[in-house]
Amino acid sequence: MIPASFEYKKATSVQEAISMLGSEDKILAGGHSLIPAMKLRLNMPTGLVDISKIESLKEIRDNEKSISIGAGVSHATIANNPEISKHMPMISEAASMIGDIQVRNVGTIGGSIAHADPSADWPGVLLASDATVVIANAEGSREVDIDQFFTGFFETALQDNEIITHVRIPKTAANANSCYVKFVQPASRFAIVGCAAAVEKVNGSVKSIRVAFNGVGDNAYRATGIENALKDQKLSAENIGSAASHATDGIDVMDDHFASENYRSHLASVFAKRALSRL
Amino acid sequence: MSYIGKSVKRIEDKRLVTGKGKYTDDIKIPGLTHAYILRSPYASANILGIDTSAAKSAEGVISVFVGTDIEGIRGVPTGWQVNFKNGDTMKEPAHPLLVTDAVRHVGDAVALVIAETKEQARDAADLIDVDYEVLEAAVDPAEAIKDGAPLVHEDAPNNICFDWELGNPVSEVDAALAKAHHITSLDFINQRLVPNAIEPRSAIGHYEEHNDHYTLYTSTQNPHLTRLLLCAFVLGIPEHKVRVVSFDVGGGFGSKIFHYTEEALVIWASRKINRPIKWTAERSESFLTDAHGRDHVTSAKMGFDKAGKMVALKVDTIANLGAYLSTFAPAVPTWLHGTLLQGLYTTPKIHIDLKAVFTHTNAVDAYRGAGRPEATYLLERLVDLAALEMNMDPAELRRINFIPAFNGVTEPGYQTQVALQYDSGNYHGVLDRALEKVGYKDFRKAQQESLAKGKLLGIGFSTYIEACGIAPSAVVGALGARAGLFESAQVRVQPTGKVSVYTGSHSHGQGHETTFVQVVADKLGIPMEDVDLVHGDSDAVAFGMGTYGSRSLAVGGSAIVKSVEKILEKGAKIAAHKLEASVDDLDYANGKWTVKGTDKSIAFGDVSLTAYVPHDYPQGLEPGLDFASFYDPTNFTYPFGAHIAIVEIDKETGKVTLQRFVAVDDVGNVINPMIVEGQIHGGVAQGIGQAMLEGAVYDESGQLINGSYMDYAMPRADDFPSFEVERTVTPCPHNPLGVKGAGEAGTIGSTPAVVNAVIDALWKAGFKVKDIKMPLTPERVWTAMNN
Ligand SMILES: Cc1cc2nc3c(=O)[nH]c(=O)nc-3n(C[C@H](O)[C@H](O)[C@H](O)COP(=O)(O)OP(=O)(O)OC[C@H]3O[C@@H](n4cnc5c(N)ncnc54)[C@H](O)[C@@H]3O)c2cc1C
Repeated sequence: MIPASFEYKKATSVQEAISMLGSEDKILAGGHSLIPAMKLRLNMPTGLVDISKIESLKEIRDNEKSISIGAGVSHATIANNPEISKHMPMISEAASMIGDIQVRNVGTIGGSIAHADPSADWPGVLLASDATVVIANAEGSREVDIDQFFTGFFETALQDNEIITHVRIPKTAANANSCYVKFVQPASRFAIVGCAAAVEKVNGSVKSIRVAFNGVGDNAYRATGIENALKDQKLSAENIGSAASHATDGIDVMDDHFASENYRSHLASVFAKRALSRL
Repeated sequence: MSYIGKSVKRIEDKRLVTGKGKYTDDIKIPGLTHAYILRSPYASANILGIDTSAAKSAEGVISVFVGTDIEGIRGVPTGWQVNFKNGDTMKEPAHPLLVTDAVRHVGDAVALVIAETKEQARDAADLIDVDYEVLEAAVDPAEAIKDGAPLVHEDAPNNICFDWELGNPVSEVDAALAKAHHITSLDFINQRLVPNAIEPRSAIGHYEEHNDHYTLYTSTQNPHLTRLLLCAFVLGIPEHKVRVVSFDVGGGFGSKIFHYTEEALVIWASRKINRPIKWTAERSESFLTDAHGRDHVTSAKMGFDKAGKMVALKVDTIANLGAYLSTFAPAVPTWLHGTLLQGLYTTPKIHIDLKAVFTHTNAVDAYRGAGRPEATYLLERLVDLAALEMNMDPAELRRINFIPAFNGVTEPGYQTQVALQYDSGNYHGVLDRALEKVGYKDFRKAQQESLAKGKLLGIGFSTYIEACGIAPSAVVGALGARAGLFESAQVRVQPTGKVSVYTGSHSHGQGHETTFVQVVADKLGIPMEDVDLVHGDSDAVAFGMGTYGSRSLAVGGSAIVKSVEKILEKGAKIAAHKLEASVDDLDYANGKWTVKGTDKSIAFGDVSLTAYVPHDYPQGLEPGLDFASFYDPTNFTYPFGAHIAIVEIDKETGKVTLQRFVAVDDVGNVINPMIVEGQIHGGVAQGIGQAMLEGAVYDESGQLINGSYMDYAMPRADDFPSFEVERTVTPCPHNPLGVKGAGEAGTIGSTPAVVNAVIDALWKAGFKVKDIKMPLTPERVWTAMNN
């Protein structure tokens, strides 16, 4: 498996990386999505700008009202961070379920959301967590609400010559009461269905709720049908069950040799139920 | 020194786990060039033209060859001939080193690019322009035999390579079925598997003009046979001018038995360019071109009388052989499959009808178990299903049908209806032990209780037999083998009493460097440190038939024992001379000959020194202490066992969790229990992999749609519980070590146990499904509950 030849460039800062990026170049983070595609020659960039040695991208910062996770932080580091697991358990859970140990040690959260694989775990989880994506470009930086970030099949709001620097996740009551459940594709261990849910309850009733899926549609999405059905309700097996039936409303559900459209839709409801029953 | 029966740690592991193994791709030779093979992206297409000019002038490129450059070479042959029922010879289309007019499967070899580096060869291949006329493909074997299906080879009508039958006359089987009290019938698929050895195949061809000599380094399980086929059947070069070397090999599971086109290609091209050439498969190529396994479409009927005694078995199978005949392909669905349909049972009437079929897919050949897993799957699925249908206990149904125990020494072997004679067996013994271990009675209670709580538990059985220790040459010759299947061994005692053992068996994970050394050290009564094993080099080892079919110890080990016996016989003559006694008065133990009833003795090392410094020496005796032997077995060996799986099904998703797996195997005598246990564990993992996870999926156009580890689900440790394995011992009566072989047992026994457990869980919950297609993906199991 030999990729086409390319130039390798190592960046030491975000601004240097941006200035190095040629029009046919690609950013290299953990390489766990990019390198396999290059080995199969599905992707043939002329150059790689390696951002994996940029220290500022590897920080996890605990702000007062949020936690910022650098784009270059590995899944394993996220999984093992105690503040994250305290304030936003679904983030830790998702990180610990990605691929296998090797993948978790090398793959990064920034690489995952930039790649935007519909079956990857981060997109759904970050949607449910109401995160903000912080992006650097030649002009400076900009912020994109996670609801606007994933725009299609392997497509995001990221422009050429932009680098994700971190994602910021609020320490909300909902995120403190959150979880992620996943039905695993047995070969790759990506999600056939992943469901993330975060629920804030006041006096036992749902005050705010975000439920999101990955693995199901062309793109990770929020299941607003489920959210609306449960808003202001006291959660019960009955209303969770009936809300879960809206898991794939309006979604073009994927069909592959691991799960047909029909079965995947069924799984989405099952996993919505399983996630919400825990909260 | 007693070593036989001890769990000695593996000697080779120090080398292998510290990265000091010597695999083919590790070998560097001055002047080495690198090859890349351009392969067909289509399953079936005519080649209208190939333009290699841009590739030829690309940087670093030395040569580009296409099929029409290779003149007078038909291709690689198959090693086994099976005739049609009417006596006609099977269809045997050429398997060219590079195709000329048409491609016949995705991955078919179109051009060979040779460059200074492998990167250059890979880049240049992208510059080759092939003009394909894409045609419809025959992919599904059951469809391929229908009139009007696309033909893989013009001269094989309806894509049939041969048809074949075995057993009692079909009229007798039909009559027995007509009288049966109950018939269980099952249509099922034994799906195609990709072998997935961790080391991709690799070959280096090195032609040296100065002495007109060729060396082939290759990742083979079978160096001597490769040399024979390469020289005598493919390239027509003299055998004494060719050395085939296969040092460390990273797993084979059957897929490296065969002589592949790439081996011949690098040798042929090395002479053309007069430089050594290395080719190593990329993982995608391994998926596409390592010979696959299984792939049967079967329809079977088993008849029972009122008491549950089996009265007849009738089987119809279509075996997919792929686009070309691989080395053992014709033997696998026939003589390694049909002959096992007696199983452990006394069924008096058995008949199998089989069609072997070409399709536009990669070749199918022996894969761990080879034919025997398919036979076991067929029988054991039928037996458990029959028990469910007749409302009988599956263990009891087996018991009343088992062949009674026989030792093969004072009691004769068991003659089956399908050509074989079993050597020795105690089938009740393994089942009873497995039932005890699993706690069968308690389980049935627990199963009922959990069902009341909505939990689906199931238990599945598989009691199997296999034919190993392949094989008596005269027998297999009569069945169409184009080679003998004996083994050779040389035991060379050096003057100082240290011993080198040369075996024609080949170790690629089995631990021969430990086990074989244990045998020799034990028999000679010397420390294991004084014995070394040499294998995998045709210049060092006189001859060999390689390792597969659980044959190494039963056949190769027996050849070693023969040589050791010759050493001891000659050594005794030298010892007798030195001790001034007669040979009959000597005892040999603990590495020395002693005159009975005295303390006069001479050590093994003193005898060996005398053999090489024969100053004071028996008259007329040749100097030296070095013996070669060939051992040709008189029968196959027949390991057997009982495997039991317990599963739980998640009703909402259909996901199956394997809770327990109990395996009680009988592989005859055991030299190294730890290694046997490892073989069973690995085999069981592979067999469960087939049941639950694996399977090559070709789409209608002939594309392999899961040709990568992102899509082809290999089993991993966390898919399994801890296996609970045990053994009983019924020695093989016809080889000197009493061993039967352990390499394939786990794979052969385990698959149906798991599937049966799932079916059991479903029936007990009221879902009376007869079959779920393997692998038992959650979706398939869920669908079975929701149809
Ligand atoms: C065997 C295996 C199993 C896996 N299993 C899972 C799984 O279960 N769940 C899951 O979610 N993922 C899984 N993955 C994917 C893994 O998580 C990847 O690590 C991740 O998707 C990409 O991160 P990376 O750092 O490796 O990115 P890279 O491969 O380096 O880059 C991916 C893409 O993102 C771009 N990019 C990277 N960083 C940035 C940045 N900071 N700003 C802008 N663009 C950027 C690159 O240019 C490239 O296009 C698996 C991967 C493998 C190989």
